[in-house]
Amino acid sequence: MGTQVKDVIIKPDAPNTLLLDKHADYIAAYGSKKDDYEYTLSEYLRMSGIYWGLTVMDLMGQLSRMNREEIIEFIKSCQHDCGGISASIGHDPHLLYTLSAVQILSLYDSINVIDVEKVVDYVKGLQQEDGSFAGDKWGEIDTRFSFCAVATLALLGKLDEINMDKAVEFVLSCMNFDGGFGCRPDSESHAGQIYCCTGFLSITGQLHKVNADLLGWWLCERQLPSGGLNGRPEKLPDVCYSWWVLASLKIIGRIHWIDKAKLRSFILACQDEETGGFADRPGDMVDPFHTLFGVAGLSLLGDEQIKPVNPVFCMPEDVLQRVGLQPDLLS
Amino acid sequence: MCLFFYFRDRKEWADLEPVPQDDGPNPVVKIAYSEKFTDVFDMFRALLKNDEKSERAFALTAEAIELNAANYTVWHYRRVLLQALDKDLREEMKYITAIIEDQPKNYQVWHHRRMVVEWLNDPSEELQFVAEILSQDAKNYHAWQHRQWVMQEYKLWDGELEYVEELLEEDVRNNSAWNQRHFVISHTSGYSDSAILEREVQYTLKQIKKAPHNESAWNYLNGILQDGGLSSYPGLLEQVTELQDTCSSPYLTAFLVDLYEDALETNSSSYDQQETLNKALELCKLLAEEKDTIRREYWNYVSRSLQNTEYITDMLQV
Repeated sequence: MGTQVKDVIIKPDAPNTLLLDKHADYIAAYGSKKDDYEYTLSEYLRMSGIYWGLTVMDLMGQLSRMNREEIIEFIKSCQHDCGGISASIGHDPHLLYTLSAVQILSLYDSINVIDVEKVVDYVKGLQQEDGSFAGDKWGEIDTRFSFCAVATLALLGKLDEINMDKAVEFVLSCMNFDGGFGCRPDSESHAGQIYCCTGFLSITGQLHKVNADLLGWWLCERQLPSGGLNGRPEKLPDVCYSWWVLASLKIIGRIHWIDKAKLRSFILACQDEETGGFADRPGDMVDPFHTLFGVAGLSLLGDEQIKPVNPVFCMPEDVLQRVGLQPDLLS
Repeated sequence: MCLFFYFRDRKEWADLEPVPQDDGPNPVVKIAYSEKFTDVFDMFRALLKNDEKSERAFALTAEAIELNAANYTVWHYRRVLLQALDKDLREEMKYITAIIEDQPKNYQVWHHRRMVVEWLNDPSEELQFVAEILSQDAKNYHAWQHRQWVMQEYKLWDGELEYVEELLEEDVRNNSAWNQRHFVISHTSGYSDSAILEREVQYTLKQIKKAPHNESAWNYLNGILQDGGLSSYPGLLEQVTELQDTCSSPYLTAFLVDLYEDALETNSSSYDQQETLNKALELCKLLAEEKDTIRREYWNYVSRSLQNTEYITDMLQV
């Protein structure tokens, strides 16, 4: 009886050492010469793109190669009258890009270049009666936005401004029969949503409500024979799940349930030796998103060449220490 | 490749001054755009700047969406125009249907469709549409969200269990379908009726026999029996043990561990506690050392937990 496991095969000649310098060069040059059309197409998420690039550069100790002043000016131009921040100039504000902007400004210790009070107003205004958060005025509800809301407010020191009890109630209502979380109540458990919900529960001090053993088992079940992690059963591994799954496990105190050596070799195999950067799986095209999560995953696995990363915020630990944030983790 | 008649050259657009991309006071990077993309988005920015609400603006949003359907600002603007111009929403449904068929893994397009359905207050096409999308990718997370929303909002539960079974016939490992099964039953009959629960247990065991190495089926079985407890469910241990010869998998072994763990935790009188503990530990060892070595840390943890269960330590002290 054959068991067809959906997985990838890592070729013997796949990269097996960490090529940090190549990744730093890749990010530093991103958008300035190569793949301009791709860069243009991703304008609608530019703020997050900048956050991914800066964070991975900081984790590699290379933040100084990025243009701090230009980025700060750019962010200032992206705050709208309602307080919300957009992905780029001429785009509408959204919680996703509001969080990315606040994360970037935290990295640069420049929070006050934007109107913080208005950001808080914007975030508060997106909370719904059932405690959930919309992403913007058009009302899409998703636990990703619950995470964005509390992470933003935590970085600004303004967590007390929302209805915390209701916010928690909503997120807990998204807990499924397998211990995982989806984007709304009854939505299929998904590692990305689980990261958002465990991150949310960490920030709000409610991790004790998680069934850590059950969820930890579901999460460590994401590891496939190749060593890589998928996001839900019967899906292919993807390097970004090295973050979503691993960070979640770290938050609930069960990161040791993953075979670290095998995961590390999967992540390293996702590097592109020629261009630098990481792809979703070995042999595919690289991008900054997967580059951040590959490096951040390696940091969580204990690679000493990379700065320690905070599993809740996906930002360097030293930045959070400076901000004074120490979100709970289960042991 | 056909030539595109640039907007900047069209006389009906001559009154507008195209607005080039502004990357801030000091552009972060120099960007090379393709001509058509530049043309369309420069015009888009001009319209936004003037807050123009016109037919030509509406037409332009379609051009912009075709070039970049993930640009959420364009979708916002289109919705503002749909309302300001009192556009035919049935036409919009046809439009969004085509866009989703082309790009089904995009948050914006599904959210847009939901808004149009809400405005029309007409879900009549939705289940069939989502089924069509799922026939191309049965695990499309956006599609499933939309389906669940439609069903809950408009109370369209009929026939869904049958639909789920069809999908599981096609791919018994479709985790989304298993999740949907749980969704439907939770919101209709519920699981507290023992006849329903038994039906579900038997259905799941049947699927397991077809494909034993199926995480979703085992998760579902575990999930529906959590409340009652695995060890006290009549006949379950026997049925699962019977499967061991022909349908062995790490999941089956793991399930037995969970079942024994439940027997120990509830101090069930139907189980010899010492023998149950021994069996459970033996299975954990098998999993850690042979059958599921990648998760050996987890299985070692379970072993330790089993040995530390309170009354076990009591028992050992006697």
